[in-house]
Amino acid sequence: MVSTGQNLVALAEAHKRAPATLAHRDPPVVQWGLTLLAVLVITILIVVPVVNVFYQAFASGIAAYWENLVGDKDTLHSIMLTLIVAPVAVVANLVFGVAAAWAIARFRFPGRSLLTALIDLPFSVSPVVAGLMLVLLFGMQGYFGPWLREHGLQVIFSTPGLILATSFVTLPFVARELIPVMEAIGSEEETAAVSLGASGWQMFWLVTVPNIKWGLLYGIILCNARAMGEFGAVYVVSGHIAGKTDTMPLRVEKLFQEYNNPASFAVASLLTSLALVTLFLKVILERRTRLELAEAARLTTAPGGTP
Amino acid sequence: MSISVKNITKKFGAFTALDDVSLEVPGGALLALLGPSGSGKTTLLRIIAGLEVPDAGSVVCQDEDITRQSARDRNVGFVFQHYALFRHMNVFENVAFGMRVRKQPKKLINDRVAELLHLVRLDGLERRYPSQLSGGQRQRVALARALAIQPKVLLLDEPFGALDAKVRQELRQWLRRLHHEINMTSVFVTHDQEEAFEVADRVVVMNHGRVEQAGAPDEVFEHPANPFVMDFLGNVNVFHGRVQNGRALLGSMEVAYPEYPHQEARPATLYVRPHELEIERLPNGVASLKARVERINPAGSVAKVFLMAAEFGVGLNVELSSERYVELALKAGDTVYVSPRKVRVFMPEYVI
Repeated sequence: MVSTGQNLVALAEAHKRAPATLAHRDPPVVQWGLTLLAVLVITILIVVPVVNVFYQAFASGIAAYWENLVGDKDTLHSIMLTLIVAPVAVVANLVFGVAAAWAIARFRFPGRSLLTALIDLPFSVSPVVAGLMLVLLFGMQGYFGPWLREHGLQVIFSTPGLILATSFVTLPFVARELIPVMEAIGSEEETAAVSLGASGWQMFWLVTVPNIKWGLLYGIILCNARAMGEFGAVYVVSGHIAGKTDTMPLRVEKLFQEYNNPASFAVASLLTSLALVTLFLKVILERRTRLELAEAARLTTAPGGTP
Repeated sequence: MSISVKNITKKFGAFTALDDVSLEVPGGALLALLGPSGSGKTTLLRIIAGLEVPDAGSVVCQDEDITRQSARDRNVGFVFQHYALFRHMNVFENVAFGMRVRKQPKKLINDRVAELLHLVRLDGLERRYPSQLSGGQRQRVALARALAIQPKVLLLDEPFGALDAKVRQELRQWLRRLHHEINMTSVFVTHDQEEAFEVADRVVVMNHGRVEQAGAPDEVFEHPANPFVMDFLGNVNVFHGRVQNGRALLGSMEVAYPEYPHQEARPATLYVRPHELEIERLPNGVASLKARVERINPAGSVAKVFLMAAEFGVGLNVELSSERYVELALKAGDTVYVSPRKVRVFMPEYVI
């Protein structure tokens, strides 16, 4: 899941070097042995469970599957809630990600490496801890809780809390994706745009965005997948109020705990489908981003010249 | 439009890129900022363009102080070293960019882009993308794009730096003609002295963030103001001799040096350009240096002869015309006598 743009840079470079590494060949036993092992592991850990999710979901037929999804108003609500929380979190991260990537790729300022490290924090902090931090801040006994209640705002056990938790967990995706792309492309085209009379926004929309669009889209797709699937942090802040603060992953868990397997797997199959679509888009976008980086490398390292 | 740069200082951290630099660019001039890398020439160009802000000093265009004006409002055409073409836009869109962001009418944009592409000889390539163009073509797109906004001045950063030798030669000639045609005040940065002297009608030599000398090409070439300029303008022969009684002396060789009429001898550095050394088979009566022929490179328009003057332990570069080379029939190992037609003497620590 954590496939960042830096990996892509490395990939693009490895791709260029590929012919040189062909000189050394491992014996067939090693080749086939390793391939078989990889296929086996993937089959057991990934293919079988994924197929099983769909098998269980459709075990009682398509009609029952449909009934499980739309017949239960709490399930329906959880789907709607996820469709609200995830896009809002994605938009928040889009704005933050572009701003942070811009700052890190374009400016040298004190605390720059600290900012870079902090962006990665949500990757290393357990989502449950992230949720607890939010409860400590915004909950009834939290620092801002009483003040928020006085002003009629509820964060914990309500949609804003879900959005905050989801945003926190997905924070690195867009920024991580954009930083290497923006660094590779450089700021010369933007400078050129300004010298040609473009305003800041014109420069951003006409030059920057088209240059980073594939990396941006890739970040959004990953961010969205993670946002919709988020469980841990959301679990802590939601309070599990059916029909009110249950998102899809929470609903899956609750139905499962209630021994309602067909319904649980029906919702799970939706999340899995989302994952499969994401995977498909990811493969396409990864290729486009790689081309974008290769193009950047080709255009900025023209032969000859002095700095 | 004329540009005056007045007492500009610019520091990057502890590094002083420009140290109290002043410069005059007369209207319609084609001026070259010449210097080694790190001499501050590009920084100066970027300050004129408004892409960098000076720590002190001012930039005046015609009679208007534009030091605090943003790059966007200066209306200056800037051609970047690596062209900085918009990679996702085709040639037409690249050239049209400056006019489009100014919301100029479509008809005007179409006409002007066509006219400019004709000027830079890129007719028919409107739909190509930068990645589909050669280096020379990208360079000309960058130029057309800069000219599209009808700039007051045109600034070019190492315009030929990223091109191979042949294309570079062609583009130099072409830039010279283009400048003649449009007659726009232009400043370009280069580290190649040949380029500066061939293209520009005014040359400014820079070093360590200071202007060493400014003037017409022949003036700078014939009368270098100091050893740096002399050294930078070509592979010169350097001798360490002395001056005394209005003469500069180097072993048995001596030349007139009326600038120092004093009795007391002082050390001095003598500079002689390769084409200003004459080779004779025999000592010719006037003072000359005895030397041995080490190597000869007859390729090119002049024959290059490498000599060794054993007496001083210095190697000499001499350039001979082909006729003279044939006449002398030199070969390696020959003993010859070398005399300078022209010597430049510099006394670094000379204070009266």
